[in-house]
Amino acid sequence: MVKHLFRLDVLFVLLIVLSIASMFVGVSAISITDIFSLSEYQQNILFSSRFPRTMAIIIAGAALAVCGLVMQQLTRNKFVSPTTAGTTEWAQLGILLGMIFFPAISIFGRLGFATVLAVLGTLLFMRIITSIKFKDVIFVPLIGLMLGSVVASVTTFIAIRENALQAISGWMHGNFAMMTTGRYEIMYITIPMFIIVMLFASRFTVAGMGEDFSKNLGLNYKFVLNTGLFLTAALTAVIVVSVGLLPFLGLIVPNIVSIFRGDHLKNTILITALVGAIFVMICDIIGRIIIYPYEVSVGLVIATVGSGIFLILIFKRAKHDR
Amino acid sequence: MINVKGITKYFGKKPVVDDVSISIGKGRITSIIGPNGAGKSTVLSMVTRLLSNDSGEVLVEGENILTQPSDALAKKISILKQSNHLQLKITVRQLIAFGRYPYSKGRLTEEDERVIDETIQYMELEEYEHSYINELSGGQRQRAYIGMTIAQDTEYIFLDEPLNNLDMKHSVQIMQILRRLVRERDKTIIIVIHDINFASCYSDDIVALKHGKVAISGTKDQVIKKEVLEEIYEMDMNIEVIGGQQICVYFDEKCTTANELSALQKVKVAQ
Repeated sequence: MVKHLFRLDVLFVLLIVLSIASMFVGVSAISITDIFSLSEYQQNILFSSRFPRTMAIIIAGAALAVCGLVMQQLTRNKFVSPTTAGTTEWAQLGILLGMIFFPAISIFGRLGFATVLAVLGTLLFMRIITSIKFKDVIFVPLIGLMLGSVVASVTTFIAIRENALQAISGWMHGNFAMMTTGRYEIMYITIPMFIIVMLFASRFTVAGMGEDFSKNLGLNYKFVLNTGLFLTAALTAVIVVSVGLLPFLGLIVPNIVSIFRGDHLKNTILITALVGAIFVMICDIIGRIIIYPYEVSVGLVIATVGSGIFLILIFKRAKHDR
Repeated sequence: MINVKGITKYFGKKPVVDDVSISIGKGRITSIIGPNGAGKSTVLSMVTRLLSNDSGEVLVEGENILTQPSDALAKKISILKQSNHLQLKITVRQLIAFGRYPYSKGRLTEEDERVIDETIQYMELEEYEHSYINELSGGQRQRAYIGMTIAQDTEYIFLDEPLNNLDMKHSVQIMQILRRLVRERDKTIIIVIHDINFASCYSDDIVALKHGKVAISGTKDQVIKKEVLEEIYEMDMNIEVIGGQQICVYFDEKCTTANELSALQKVKVAQ
């Protein structure tokens, strides 16, 4: 029954409906019936705040969910994601270093720093998990979480020393309230990256079957692995720089899609992107109405809902593996 | 024709494979046998470029495998390692479709779909086509994996312990499929196998390894001999001819007494 919801057409319609809802939920009352008679103020709100916000939600949700999907496939572990591999923490450290070395750094500069550190951090994580012998499904993400926490502590430490704690708190909790014209456009960088991920879908799936399996089929395993890790780290960096931390998203969305649609990326990549966008959209709308007219940051809503789903997944899989 | 010339592999300072030279004839089943730790799987991995060799070379039709592009080689040789318990939800059809990757890089053409359909039929997997491989029994799963190498449509097929964890019925089923592939499609098959009687009953040639070296390599009749096998496995062994097949009896000294031997013969014939 639920399985039928996980179809491209159904999800696409759902996303459109939610996007329209998102456009009309907020402090300044704009009703959908006003659409043909918008005042200048309403137009302004709609096009410089609500539309960018909705686009940012779709892009961030889709990108992080797809990142998790690709990382899980490449590491062959269902519990690896930008959050549980420490990628997001590395990206935050990158932003901070960028701001310290170049105080007047542009958003592209910050993105550059975040990407470099996120890529290096992900490579380090891969190094560690390929060299440890004990490869329990839960153990691998625990290493990532620990690594992430260490990096986050370093970030906080440097921030305190440099008096930059205020500045970085913005990247600790994801928030779409700041997404206005002029601030969200950087997120469109993810579109070409997303297209490359789509083109590599079959290759990622083959690589996920293992190194020997890939070599037998003549796939350049190392190249595909590195391409995938670079793309996921860069995508994560874009989202952290523009929106901030959206925990658990890359973890739970691919797992839910996998239950209903299997693990062949050709079949799941678009669905995962749509479910990711829908999930974030719902969480953001909840955050906007729960203490109306104030707002709860979307990161907090996702963390609350997400950690619950994450626990259910852990128990389900732990039972399954025994 | 595959020529392996003096390949050697060191793990640390110890040679696991030491100067192994063999040649593999076309259109035959060649079994690689030997005690645990003899280097069978390592040899197989080196011959199929999964593992680099420290010295020596492997020639497929006279061409060194390391100088050929990997994707071109994937249309000539395929290798199936012992299937590791995958948690991925991949259907039988998707798995078999992976075999077409060297040809279409993931964009299946009509020709690919035709090969996949035909392979599913050949392996009698129609019923399970859309089942996930982790939901199948060991025998069905092994058939699906072998189906993938068939879809890969290579002249040479290497299999690393394809009978691992299979019961007798499914082991025989797999070996019969391999025989059919040689007979009907003129494939060349090289398997690493532990069960010496399966090697004896189903192979044309046998390569026996011991301590990383070739102990003997030749036709089945040259290798399945009492003195040869006792030397390789360092245990007493008797060879009986049952129904035209050479069967090695090695369970216990008592096995050689007439009564129990005839009882054992019945068991083996039943297999």
